[in-house]
Parts: sequence; structure tokens; C-alpha cells
Amino acid sequence: MSQVAGGIFTSHVPGIGNAIARGLQQDPYWKPFFDGFEPVHEWLAKEKPDVAVVFYNDHGLNFFLDKMPTFAIGAAPEYRHEDEGWGIAFSRPYPGHPELSWHIIEQVVASEFDPVTCQSMIVDHAVAVPFELCWPGADAFPVRLVPIAINTVQHPLPSPKRCLELGRAVGRALKSWKGPEKIVVFGTGGLSHQLEGKRAGFINKDYDHFCLDNIGPNPEALLRHDSLDIVELAGSQGVEILNWIAARGALTGEVIELSSNYHVPISNTAAATALFENREFLPA
Amino acid sequence: MKIFDGELAKRGFALNAMCYSFNLKENRDKFVADEEAYMAAFNLTEEQKEAVRKRDVLGMLEAGGNVYYLAKLAGIFGLNVQDLGALQTGQTLEDFKAGLLAHGETITRNAA
Repeated sequence: MSQVAGGIFTSHVPGIGNAIARGLQQDPYWKPFFDGFEPVHEWLAKEKPDVAVVFYNDHGLNFFLDKMPTFAIGAAPEYRHEDEGWGIAFSRPYPGHPELSWHIIEQVVASEFDPVTCQSMIVDHAVAVPFELCWPGADAFPVRLVPIAINTVQHPLPSPKRCLELGRAVGRALKSWKGPEKIVVFGTGGLSHQLEGKRAGFINKDYDHFCLDNIGPNPEALLRHDSLDIVELAGSQGVEILNWIAARGALTGEVIELSSNYHVPISNTAAATALFENREFLPA
Repeated sequence: MKIFDGELAKRGFALNAMCYSFNLKENRDKFVADEEAYMAAFNLTEEQKEAVRKRDVLGMLEAGGNVYYLAKLAGIFGLNVQDLGALQTGQTLEDFKAGLLAHGETITRNAA
């Protein structure tokens, strides 16, 4: 029986990847953000998950605007990060889990979702940065990856409700997987930030606090705003909270916050890291 | 608030396609070697070319550029997203960074 052990939610901005590449983890500017990963490292060392199911958005590495899927699920034997235009390519490959990917695809389609399926896929900083944060060092990654991309770039975006339902469908698929793997779910991106236009540099701590306080115990609260409302509240890139909402949906047991770290600013972003345990409702 | 929707995606297609090509270093090098030829090869509109020539980020956005793609172009000019923020808001980089630092806050919770 597989088990979804928990969820890791984190910002993923390229600036973090740049700081990692330059070894700035202990720099006073960066340290308060990186320190948020100590409990994550301890938890990962204790739980030793075998698989990471990652909800993220692609920023123009694997997908261009010529073919832009609303939801896409990777089913490749291996994924790689590549240069996104600024010369950083993390070298460690991400082993895939095609059998589990196809199981998820079959189950979510049975749940009336229609994802694009990708047997060949490269992943950008939205996967690479969280992996570098969680498993620093030179060794190979100890988990196999199932990436699930959500369009947060080109409107119309899927609704928060639709993203939560997608996550729940993935959560049901994980529960029905017969393999022995221990699974961790990731939601990456956010929190409030906006890169473009006259509102560049926009931060909304009230909305961020609302998200961090509710994503665990009451994710439905995040559905009271539609995707356009979230752009207004969190900034045009803050809408990446959709990835968090979907990931939260995949945690179908009792969800308990183990740690949370909110730090403003990192680059142009209100950064956050949160760790949740997922206590499965086991049959008596 | 302006969102990147079908209308902008249509208007900006050539500019964003050029920026997408900058994922490859050899393409970045080609652009640096001859900007005009590279823009012509991607069929940029005159509005888009003019915005690129002037390093006018707001103009690129107006011409349909998406910031995730424009960030790849900005990288060629040695500009990061904080430089872009300063340019777009008409501030010095120091003032733009100070505005972000003014939000400064760290909240840590640990259940253990």
C-alpha cells in the first residue's frame, strides 16, 4: 500500500536557485528563508519518501505559448532541468515513475479531467529549486518525480476550485496505487509577487497570511476568490497559489502543520515554506 | 488590471517566441551579434522591435510581451527581475529594493 506522508509547499523563484548556485544560504539576506527548510530536512530524513508528486507551473521552458496546456502530467522515465535563459542548469537528473504517472493519468481522466500527457518533458525552476532546497548536496535525488503542470501564465487560468478538485483526484489516484511507495506532494510558487508593469514589486501580506493560515486546515477558504481576484490580491505571479491549492487537494487524510516560514522579501517575492503531515485515515 | 490573455498572447506571439528561443545560449549569442537580424528572423512587429531597441519594458508588455519570456531577454542585458521592477516603476534600483524591504517580515511556526 502506498502512503501519502505529507506535503511541502514552497516558493520557487529563480533568485533562490541563483543564491544556491552561488552558495549564499548563510548570507544575512537569504538565511531567514533557507532556515525554513531545517524542519523539512529533518522530516525528509525521517520519512524517506520514495516519490514526489509536484504541482507547479512552467515558465517557458517545456511549454511555449504555441501549445499551452491547462493541466499536463509528466510520464517520462527521467526529467532534466535546463538553462532557462540565464545560464543556470542544475545537473542532477530527476528519475521518473512512468507506471505511477500513467496510473494517475488514468484515474484523473476517470474523474473527468483531461490533462495533456508528456512522455518527454524538461522541468524548470519551479521543480528544480524546490528539489535543490529539499535535497541539497551532490548525491542523486532519493525520490522519483511525477510532475503536474498547471497553467498560471496565460489567461484564462483554471479556477481555484478546479485546481483543488484536480488535486483531490490525484489524491484518490495515489490512495488507489497498489505500490509500496511513500509519497510526498509538493505545491510550488507564490506567495504574493508581481514582476511586470507599474505594479511590479507588489506584496500583500494580509492575503499571504490568509493563505498560510487556511491552506492546511481549511483550503476551501481559498476558493472564495476566483483566479482574477487572486491576481488582484496576490499579484500576477502570486496566482501560483493555484499550485498550492491543487497540492493541498492531494492530501486526503488529516492534515497537520509541522512547520511554516514566511519571509519577506526574497527578490520581488513574499517567500514561504510550509510542511504538512498527512495522517491517512486507515481502515480499522 | 491588465492580464496576459488571448488578446495579448496573440499580439505578443512573435516577441515571446523570440524570447523563448533564448533558452539556448547559442541563440542568445546570435541575438547579441546582430539584434536587428535576429528580430527580423522572428518577424517582430515594428512596435516590438522599437521597444526592444529602446530597452522599454513597459513598451514590450504593451506589445504583448509576457514577463516570464521577457525575463530571458532581460538576462541578456544583464538585468534581473529587480532591475526590471525598478525600470518599470521609474525608480532607482536602490529605491525599488527599499520598497520591498519596507515589507520586511519573518514569521516562523514550528509544531515540534
